[in-house]
Amino acid sequence: MAEPLLTLAGVHTHIGRYHILHGVDFAVPRGGITMLLGRNGAGKTTTLRTIMGLWRAAEGRIVFDGTDITRLATPEIARLGIAYVPENMGIFADLTVRENLILATRERAPDARRLQWIFGLFPAMEKFYGLSAGALSGGQKQMLSIARAIIEPRKLILVDEPTKGLAPSIIRNMVAAFRELKGTDTTILLVEQNFMFAQNLGDGVAVMDDGKIRHAGTMPALAADRGLQQRLLGLSLDAHQ
Amino acid sequence: MTATAKAAPAPQALPQPKRDWLPILIVPVLALVAVPLIGNFSGWLTLTVAGLAMGMMIFIMASGLTLVFGLMDVLNFGHGVFISIGAFAVTLVVVPLAGMVQADSWIQNVAVLLLCAIVAMALTGALGFAFERVIVRPVYGQHLKQILVTMGGMIVAEQLIHVLWGADPISVPPPEAFRGAVLIGEAAIERYRILAVAVGLVVFAAMLLVLNRTKIGLLIRAGVENGEMVEALGYRIRRLFIGVFVAGSSLAGLGGVMWAFYRQTLTPGMGMEVMVLIFIVIIIGGLGSVGGCFIGSLLVALVANYTGFLAPKVALGSNILLMVLILMWRPQGLYPVAKR
Repeated sequence: MAEPLLTLAGVHTHIGRYHILHGVDFAVPRGGITMLLGRNGAGKTTTLRTIMGLWRAAEGRIVFDGTDITRLATPEIARLGIAYVPENMGIFADLTVRENLILATRERAPDARRLQWIFGLFPAMEKFYGLSAGALSGGQKQMLSIARAIIEPRKLILVDEPTKGLAPSIIRNMVAAFRELKGTDTTILLVEQNFMFAQNLGDGVAVMDDGKIRHAGTMPALAADRGLQQRLLGLSLDAHQ
Repeated sequence: MTATAKAAPAPQALPQPKRDWLPILIVPVLALVAVPLIGNFSGWLTLTVAGLAMGMMIFIMASGLTLVFGLMDVLNFGHGVFISIGAFAVTLVVVPLAGMVQADSWIQNVAVLLLCAIVAMALTGALGFAFERVIVRPVYGQHLKQILVTMGGMIVAEQLIHVLWGADPISVPPPEAFRGAVLIGEAAIERYRILAVAVGLVVFAAMLLVLNRTKIGLLIRAGVENGEMVEALGYRIRRLFIGVFVAGSSLAGLGGVMWAFYRQTLTPGMGMEVMVLIFIVIIIGGLGSVGGCFIGSLLVALVANYTGFLAPKVALGSNILLMVLILMWRPQGLYPVAKR
């Protein structure tokens, strides 16, 4: 079996006085989409931010592509090939769509072919290319946030709740975009509460609760086992389905 | 990757963001409203040019601080010391080159001025680097401590000026070519004020060019808005902090040079004396906004000049009144910077 792209071993994270992650152990295999599920406050966002170095792991080890990144600073982690799409999207509202994309590239300007590919995934980005990002709608901002993460090839993309607050039509657009991304070499770790969305896209799945991984396996296995879904995800699951 | 056949968008065909012209329009409207109130054109012209010159000098001194405020979230109450040291750096040039200062030659006079600017900017830039490392860095994210330590740093630096240059005021007349006035009709416009307006415009244009047309400028604008995300994109924001702090200190040094020749007298506390005005300007403009700082500087200076002429008793509080009115209209300043 191939070595996982990302491994978390016994990761503990504190935010101020609060102990959020209580020894997170899980691995993200290379390629495809791994879904990280769990109810509100389970520690999903904290896990992504800890991987990114935005919050420090107090204990444990995080290994990405053979490199221990536990103590690395956020820019060094990003430069290893990890992109991050935060829950609040993190777009620069005072900059144009074009300028947001330029900042996400190491080169002076985005690669023209890659840019056209992104325009194919998210046509709104082409339409509003010269427009201030602050003028975009919520869905368009989310598209820009994802476009920024994929403007250059990355090994791993961490995406935090991309469907939150979006209209169904935009979510369908998002599903199509992630499906296309699955066909590339990029691995995606996606935090989600919308089980329908997760079920549509996920290859692997990990379920968190109280700052720990409670279950890890394949998405088809979880999707087929209603009892397991109920036990891991509780009543909220029915609301999503 | 499936590339679509679509051509890259032509920038001119794209919808343009709505520009907010209202704050920009306030300056000419204010100037026009002042014409009938002042009553005579030459008086109005003198006051307006004096106001613009003053505004440009305030802008040069304040622009660095607004970026430091916006990008680094640092309340640098010691910014005034860079202005003072920039002003005193003038003596390092004009004393040994007194002949060039007094020479009846444009070239020599401009050369002296340029040399003053270079020496002052280098000195204050180096001092800014040390200030950031030793005084500011340990207190990132702690506003109260920032106020205390930067004020402490300012007091120490002011005393160092006393030690190095003495406590007595030092006279620094501007180079020969920038003394006297130019007559436009009946209005006498001081040459040095015209120079101050020109230098201010050059600095503003250069800052706009860097902030809007270079990647480092994009990073600064992005960092003002969301520093964490800039780091998540792979940029070391701490390095950007140092660069902006050094650039801000250098600009304050340049402002100090302009201020020194304007006042023609150097005192150790001269930088600190303008800090209230500078804080008003960056609050009016919107913290972190260079454009807002520019408009705010012009407004503060013009309002002070016009009210000083029309109602001298009101002039003392005119800046505060202006700030109150603008913040009632736009609580985040004229050009608020989006923050995460």
